[in-house]
Amino acid sequence: MSARDTILQRLFDGRTEALGETQAQVPASQFHVLAQVKMSLPARLQAFQQAMAKVEGEVIVLTRAQWPQKMAAWLADHTQAQRILVPPAHHVLGQALAPLWQGQWGHTWQVRTYDAPIETWQAELFNEVDLAITSTRAGIAQTGSLVLWPTPEEPRLMSLVPPIHVAILDSQRLYNTFYEVLQVEAWAQQGMPTNALLISGPSKTADIEQTLAYGVHGPKRLIVFVLVDEEMAEVCDAP
Amino acid sequence: MTLKTDHLAGGQFYIRVQDALANAPIRANFRKAMDGLMHKRATALEDTQERESLRELAANVRLRALARLPELLIQLEKKCQSQGIQVHWAQDAQQACEQVLAICQQRQARTVIKGKSMVSEEMELNHFLAEAGIEALESDLGEYIVQLAQETPSHIIMPAIHKNTQQISQLMHEKTGTQLSHDVAYLTECARQQLRERFQQADIGLSGVNFAVAETGTLCLVENEGNGRLTTSVPSCHIAVMGIEKVVEHLEDVTPLLSLLTRSATGQAITTYFNMISRPRQPDEKDGPEVVHLILVDNGRAHLYQDPELRDTLRCIRCGACMNHCPVYTRIGGHAYGTTYPGPIGKILMPHLTGFANNAALPSASTLCGACAEVCPVKIPIPDILVRLRREAVNGDQINPSVMAEKGFKRTWKEALAWQLWAYLAQRPRLYQIATKIARLGHYWMPQSLGAWTQVRTAPRPAAKSLSQLRRDAEKSL
Ligand code: SF4
Repeated sequence: MSARDTILQRLFDGRTEALGETQAQVPASQFHVLAQVKMSLPARLQAFQQAMAKVEGEVIVLTRAQWPQKMAAWLADHTQAQRILVPPAHHVLGQALAPLWQGQWGHTWQVRTYDAPIETWQAELFNEVDLAITSTRAGIAQTGSLVLWPTPEEPRLMSLVPPIHVAILDSQRLYNTFYEVLQVEAWAQQGMPTNALLISGPSKTADIEQTLAYGVHGPKRLIVFVLVDEEMAEVCDAP
Repeated sequence: MTLKTDHLAGGQFYIRVQDALANAPIRANFRKAMDGLMHKRATALEDTQERESLRELAANVRLRALARLPELLIQLEKKCQSQGIQVHWAQDAQQACEQVLAICQQRQARTVIKGKSMVSEEMELNHFLAEAGIEALESDLGEYIVQLAQETPSHIIMPAIHKNTQQISQLMHEKTGTQLSHDVAYLTECARQQLRERFQQADIGLSGVNFAVAETGTLCLVENEGNGRLTTSVPSCHIAVMGIEKVVEHLEDVTPLLSLLTRSATGQAITTYFNMISRPRQPDEKDGPEVVHLILVDNGRAHLYQDPELRDTLRCIRCGACMNHCPVYTRIGGHAYGTTYPGPIGKILMPHLTGFANNAALPSASTLCGACAEVCPVKIPIPDILVRLRREAVNGDQINPSVMAEKGFKRTWKEALAWQLWAYLAQRPRLYQIATKIARLGHYWMPQSLGAWTQVRTAPRPAAKSLSQLRRDAEKSL
């Protein structure tokens, strides 16, 4: 008998009670405790910012008008990044950032896209790229998390290898909980992507005597630009 | 005072305990770390109503998964295979190691970079691969440190918790040539640089699995450092090893488990990364492993599953809260147990993984204070299971079957005889009365010292009057 059959046989045999019986004994799963978390948008934003701040994630709220320029200006002021990785022009975010790499806003960054399989430029990605800008699928207020589904335009290593990860989050996609994301977006029903991620802050460790240190294997900084409507701007004090 | 412990049949364990208790730095390191962790958990779960509802939910999610374990494993296998993940089954650690090796050989791999995996510790995989000439390198910072020191993890969440900064600085200096520095940021940066190279060169990435979702064929990994993501994204082949109990039914089932896992373990609302993997790299994708293998490891679990009470052991989500809150663990540290899983969960799990008699001392090395059960996010009744194991250790029941392979290994002929004698007398009231009378009269000759029992207690004495005597007296006085 194969290992598989032996293991399964043992499990089936071990369950001396009839299956229905075992299951009937299990109390129903009450997800209410997760489903009940409902906050207004300003409250969600605030919760998101607070949770991110706790783990040294940087959150900058921007109004939608000309946000790419504002973001570029902020990055120029607050980082030393020179070599930047962005999504390609046919991607929504790549398109919004196109003027940036065409030098239209007066920055001298070297900009490239993740246009080839990793095997062909691994050393460059690991050693030379300073900063990567990605979109996000959603955000989670309760835990201060970003939801990413990497794609061919924005592959997995983009949010992981460069020392600075910049993520763009639309406030309209800020959910209360992970549970709500799964419910509303019906992940299980629509099928999972190759890789789905929750990212909550820069990479960190406390493995040396419980002392927190950031940037152990992944990004040392996580900068999130949250885009809000004009009405929200005052509540959030956005530039 | 040295405690007499031979009667406990766990010789080595007690020697290690004595050593650990005499080791002041170890005790200080654990005390400090556990105090910190207990405080963090309490703060993260201060809303008691939410906490209890979540624990209830998490326990029920795990119970539901275990109730359908074989069906869910089949579903997981099917779903994974349909998505291009190759699924293997291993009955024990040896078989699992061989399967990893076979994949390595097939790919002509020389180096395996590892994310944190307790099952691979259970398999002693690094050692096995080394003998076959394949290097297995740990990439989780704590595991990396422990590997540099040629030790094993002393905690399931924080493998190097037994060391302080000074010891780690010294170790890294000796093994990797870093400067002697107590600056944790510097030491961390050095490890980052050392390991980044290795990630790029590794042929295979090997990780554990925190939860596997049957419904979607998804492997979930919980981590802070990003080494787990690198391990599962950079090398061209990813091998995931998981204990067969790690499966859950629905995707939504992971939400309470994730929330409680991180908060119970380290007081974090969530870890930096929650990584969900459902298939290997697709033709249009530009990174990720081309091949993903999943090894389902039994190693004693299916056997344990056969007992409805002991089965609760399999609910565990490996948060480590039980050890953080255990007064015994805090004082002796993880290594004293001499097991892959230390602390309360180790005590109830290890007898099934590496033999009951081999772990003879574990069920007894507890005060049954109940702190573990109080904090366990999936409400495993650990003290009840400990008591059950103590009973199994002296179980002489010939009629009712027990799943414990070595049940009764501690039972001595003296004990068996004593019970037989008692049973004989208890069925014969007159004889019983005579025997109790003799015992009462003879109590002056009772020995004062009864082995280990009287080391910390006074010897028991039969009462001057038996219960039936007292009753008769009472009736007379009416
Ligand atoms: S037994 Fe409970 S408390 Fe201990 S590690 Fe497992 S889940 Fe956590």
